[in-house]
Amino acid sequence: MARTTSLGQTRIGLVQFPGSNCDADCVDAIKRLFAIDVQLVWHEATELPSLDGLILPGGFSYGDYLRGGALASCSRIMPAIKTFAAKGGPIIGICNGFQVLTESHLLPGILMKNAHQKFICEQVHLKVAAGHSGYHQRLEGQLYKVPIAHGEGRFYVSEPELARLQDKGQILFQYASTQGEVSSETNPNGAVANIAGIVSENGRILGMMPHPERATDPLLGSNDGKRILEAFLATVL
Amino acid sequence: MQTPFLQQLQQLSQTTRAPLVTTDEAQLKPLLKKHKINDQEYKTLLQIVGRQPTLAELGVFSAMWSEHCSYKSSKIHLKKLPTEGSEVVVGPGENAGVVRLSGKLCAAFKMESHNHPSYIEPYQGAATGVGGILRDVFCMGARPVANLNSLRFGHREHPRTHYLFANVVKGIGDYGNCVGIPTVAGSVSFDKTYDGNILVNAMTVGLIHEDRIFKGFASGQHNLVVYVGSATGRDGIHGASMASDSFSSQASGERSTVQVGDPFAEKLLLEATLEVLDRGLVVGLQDMGAAGLTSSSFEMADRAGNGLYLNLDYVPTRAKNMSAYELLLSESQERMLMCVEPSRWDELQNCLRRWELPFAVIGIVTDTGRMQIVKNNVLEVDVLVAPLADSAPRYERPYVRPEPRFESDKSFRDLVRTLAAGELLKRILSEDGDKQAIYRQYDHHIGTKTVLGPEQQGAGLLWIRSEWAEAGDPYLGLAVATACNERYCAQDPLLGAAHAVLKCYRSIAATGAQPLAVTDCLNYGNPEDPKVMGQIVAGIDGIGMACRELGTPVVSGNVSLYNETDGVSIAPTPMIGMIGRHPDVRKGLPAVTERGGDLYVLRPKAVAYSFGGSLLAKVLDKGTTEAPPRIEWAAEREAAKILARWSQDQAVLAARDVGAGGVLTTIGKMLLATEHLGAQLELKGDPTVYFGESSATYLVLAAQGQTLSVVSDSLELVKVGHMLPSQKLTIDGQSLDLHAFRQASKASLLV
Repeated sequence: MARTTSLGQTRIGLVQFPGSNCDADCVDAIKRLFAIDVQLVWHEATELPSLDGLILPGGFSYGDYLRGGALASCSRIMPAIKTFAAKGGPIIGICNGFQVLTESHLLPGILMKNAHQKFICEQVHLKVAAGHSGYHQRLEGQLYKVPIAHGEGRFYVSEPELARLQDKGQILFQYASTQGEVSSETNPNGAVANIAGIVSENGRILGMMPHPERATDPLLGSNDGKRILEAFLATVL
Repeated sequence: MQTPFLQQLQQLSQTTRAPLVTTDEAQLKPLLKKHKINDQEYKTLLQIVGRQPTLAELGVFSAMWSEHCSYKSSKIHLKKLPTEGSEVVVGPGENAGVVRLSGKLCAAFKMESHNHPSYIEPYQGAATGVGGILRDVFCMGARPVANLNSLRFGHREHPRTHYLFANVVKGIGDYGNCVGIPTVAGSVSFDKTYDGNILVNAMTVGLIHEDRIFKGFASGQHNLVVYVGSATGRDGIHGASMASDSFSSQASGERSTVQVGDPFAEKLLLEATLEVLDRGLVVGLQDMGAAGLTSSSFEMADRAGNGLYLNLDYVPTRAKNMSAYELLLSESQERMLMCVEPSRWDELQNCLRRWELPFAVIGIVTDTGRMQIVKNNVLEVDVLVAPLADSAPRYERPYVRPEPRFESDKSFRDLVRTLAAGELLKRILSEDGDKQAIYRQYDHHIGTKTVLGPEQQGAGLLWIRSEWAEAGDPYLGLAVATACNERYCAQDPLLGAAHAVLKCYRSIAATGAQPLAVTDCLNYGNPEDPKVMGQIVAGIDGIGMACRELGTPVVSGNVSLYNETDGVSIAPTPMIGMIGRHPDVRKGLPAVTERGGDLYVLRPKAVAYSFGGSLLAKVLDKGTTEAPPRIEWAAEREAAKILARWSQDQAVLAARDVGAGGVLTTIGKMLLATEHLGAQLELKGDPTVYFGESSATYLVLAAQGQTLSVVSDSLELVKVGHMLPSQKLTIDGQSLDLHAFRQASKASLLV
């Protein structure tokens, strides 16, 4: 999938499900930061256009009925997304997008209701866990201040599965303090091992609960999301 | 598509009319009472209809003439409000008011109440309150960009308060978050006066291009009337008249009158509506809000001066065997009525299908000037449209103007001087403290416009990146705020209402923005009580006075009356919502910054501190004979200008208006909003100075050592100390640990 194109010619797609509501933010952020025009893909399509990367945005697809992302994972576009993933196509799933990825088994685990049973919106600090994926290599060495906003963000995998994720270095982000300490105090939703984001085994699919597209200008509270989106684009190229 | 309807229209003269309402007094009286139609109103109804009405017609009049829909008690007084200005594009009377921000970019906004439903069923009542106000804004073609809410609950120990508080907040959050609009500001308080009647006022601000503001007209002979959105059920029947009635501790069976919301459906409806309007697919569009299908159809017909023929058999339903009456009055949510030319019908259908919205053609436009509604081959409604709208009752209810008398309260002040400042501050912060427990449940970042949210300022400040603004405004900001100090209003309904406008004005000015225009939600008790009617008249006078003095016209609003239980009305609570414009959000001022610095107070010269309606009086549970703070309009206007200039020149780091609880309370709140800051203060006073409340008073933080000054006839700038990394608050030499205040503040919402 390696290509040499200038950044502006990178073809990024974004899938819109009924109820997706962070699509405009993603499109705006990618345009503002990288001058790339994201192509919108409607959930009813059976094929993806030719793309170098795919975004599954945040929101409340299908009103979060049943479970967040559950219905969207049965969309008509899903087989095409799975094919894209199987070919090594880079995908970033943000918040509801992460839920779609776990519900369609493109990523392990499940996102459950927050432990304290309430929606939570706040800024968190993400620490990069141990791993060797392109994401790890590009992002380690600093903390990322990024906002979360979710009612079902509690990542869960079984103990053996967690051990596997750790062994394979698939855990990308953990909720940490401003000093980079990971503890129950810095865990906003009860996620196992403070997991905020993970990557697939081949490192080309990233799912994360926090919203990097919202941390794209100091005026908005943080610019740290830019590096995360850059790492996605680097996976693409 | 029109054919079946045209055929039915032709047959109309042969269609059986539904049974007329009885003339038998014994049966008629309770029927009218249930519909809240008094004798005089019934006489007018008979004149308009020309005969006894059918039951469905009675229901229609009941809803359209309810206080909530017709504003019958308040209309003649609302006319006195200033509603015009050079930047006003749409004034009161439409779905929302519209004000110019920059170039062709305009803001559409309004506030609405959902008080009665929220008391009965707080989760759905609050949720559907948000849904309703969102629709008012987007059905004009404006995309919502900010939500706000003002909530009032009974006192904390009241057995219902926890349940109401938890569920109202959850309802607002779940609905707004799902639709995807950030909730960026608000106000809340707990007071005995709301024990029997809570207040849930929701406000939405949207953005729109000046030339694309849509108004709903049902025009064009035989154009199609299309029902779009969720199927109709039995929820919310008579919601409008329920909202226009007092509670009694006896009546608890009103749950069916509360509407049930579906924010996912609302999101689809929002996108479809904006697309439909953007592509010019319809000639008319009206959301089905209070009084559902009834009010939307009448409003559309009335605006166009036309008539409508509707066949209710075509209305999508989600309950079996619904009568015409029920179909007309149901307030099932997330529904719109659209009027489309047959030539655009296919395009409209495709759009609605893409968004998976149920829809059905339910009628056509006619030129009869009549509303003719049929179900099961029975003519249920057959009335002239215009008279119903024009003859809506307008009452000049008798009123007694409040004439409060005040005097300085020496015994109160003497008492306060004997109390420890630290203790008082702790108690005040326990009453009015940290609001995180609320706003963490609201997504306040979605939209990527929020520069100053609930953590950073009293007003919200959004970075509007719009191609419709002037090219030279890439950092244009929209400031939004809502407030009302009910204690001031209880002391003095006129001045208190003016203070509500002022509080919003100051919150917005504190960011460095220029206040522009106002929306209001007038929450009062029973208007048939002359004393309460006097409060309403005084309140409207107070708002009018403030809006004229401050140059902020009222462009939209809502009235909620009959907030009364067992004969006891709430304190007058005219909630105000305001928007402002900031020329450069990079220079928007937060309330405080971790940097700390030198702390100043900007205040009127010879400032007068008052305790009338003060937070201190509330916390000490003591009445006082004092007035709310004296208002000096020139000082208010000048202070706002000074802050705007300081913001532009980046002369200060932060600013916050001093509100309830006075200077020390506001300083306390600023410190607690940081992680590391404490303060060393020289206030040179005693608790009357620390906690006394005043007008045109702001706290300003400037970089250490920077000299800040003000040249003014009405205002003075006084340095009062420093904010610096510390765990302590030192006041005039007395050192207090911040920890206790932080605990108290956090516990204020552990209701």
